[in-house]
Amino acid sequence: MNAPDQAVARDALVVAGKAYRSRLLVGTGKYRDFDETRRAIEASGAEIVTVAIRRTNIGQNKGEPSILEVLPPSRYTILPNTAGCYTAQDAVRTLRLARELLDGHALAKLEVLGDAESLYPNMPETLAAAKTLVAEGFQVMAYCSDDPILARQLEELGCVAVMPLASLIGSGMGIINPWNLQIIIDRISVPVLVDAGIGTASDAAIAMELGCDGVLMNTAIAKAKEPVRMAHAMKLAVEAGREAFLAGRMPKKPYEASPSSPTDGLIQD
Amino acid sequence: MAGSIRILVNGAPREFAQAPTVAQFLDQLDLAGKRVAIERNGEIVPRSRFVEERLSEGDRIEVVVAVGGG
Repeated sequence: MNAPDQAVARDALVVAGKAYRSRLLVGTGKYRDFDETRRAIEASGAEIVTVAIRRTNIGQNKGEPSILEVLPPSRYTILPNTAGCYTAQDAVRTLRLARELLDGHALAKLEVLGDAESLYPNMPETLAAAKTLVAEGFQVMAYCSDDPILARQLEELGCVAVMPLASLIGSGMGIINPWNLQIIIDRISVPVLVDAGIGTASDAAIAMELGCDGVLMNTAIAKAKEPVRMAHAMKLAVEAGREAFLAGRMPKKPYEASPSSPTDGLIQD
Repeated sequence: MAGSIRILVNGAPREFAQAPTVAQFLDQLDLAGKRVAIERNGEIVPRSRFVEERLSEGDRIEVVVAVGGG
């Protein structure tokens, strides 16, 4: 491994005391089939993958493998989510079931939605759920609005990561408000991950250049024309953005051009 | 049928010939050996209790699995 590769390897994302090499977290929904899911997630290099918890279809799909057979918990850190929950009570109930399903695994993604049109988070319910879940020993990664005060409140409640939206879930609109994200990044000491709204590789790179600790996405990969290829693009983008952040970008100088080649020794008559 | 009971499973009523244990219940629904979590009347039933815990008339049971999601 050459020196920059070693630097990438050392630069771990630490969530709830556990180190991860990849700063890209991916969802497992909206793929054509399990084979595509597996190949895309492999190409993304993600170590943490989200799953949803749902009622089983009794008497249907008997022979069908489960997502946990396709993405075994022995290889991936499974992050159960509360997608589709609109109250703190439903979110807590879902994660209690998830913890039982995953043999006591405490890491969980909390999301409590406010309305079905925007899928914008309901922050009072999110805060209430976070409080209960932390008290019950869950390690909560909380999907939230990009409000710096609410993000800080989640941190104060004991969440292990705050995950503000870049834009609406599944919208692919990219980072709508980089300034709010920056304030959150600057003021929060637990990892800040952008969750939702990433559309393409540059969005992920920008999130990382802003100083985000990681990015969580699903639709941007699953609904690309070639999901496996986009998964790889996202891996590169997150790595590139992180490296650029660590390298420290040059200052922006809007009114000052500066040639990159020497100004003396020009060939002239 | 004498002794038969009704249980609400994932929101839909089902008849069982006699009160099953959770393990028997899963077996009858072809879910034995599958990775599922069970909630009985709002309370988690730990896997370690599947063999001994017996369901009763009117129970509300949720059987959940992990599915793809973001």
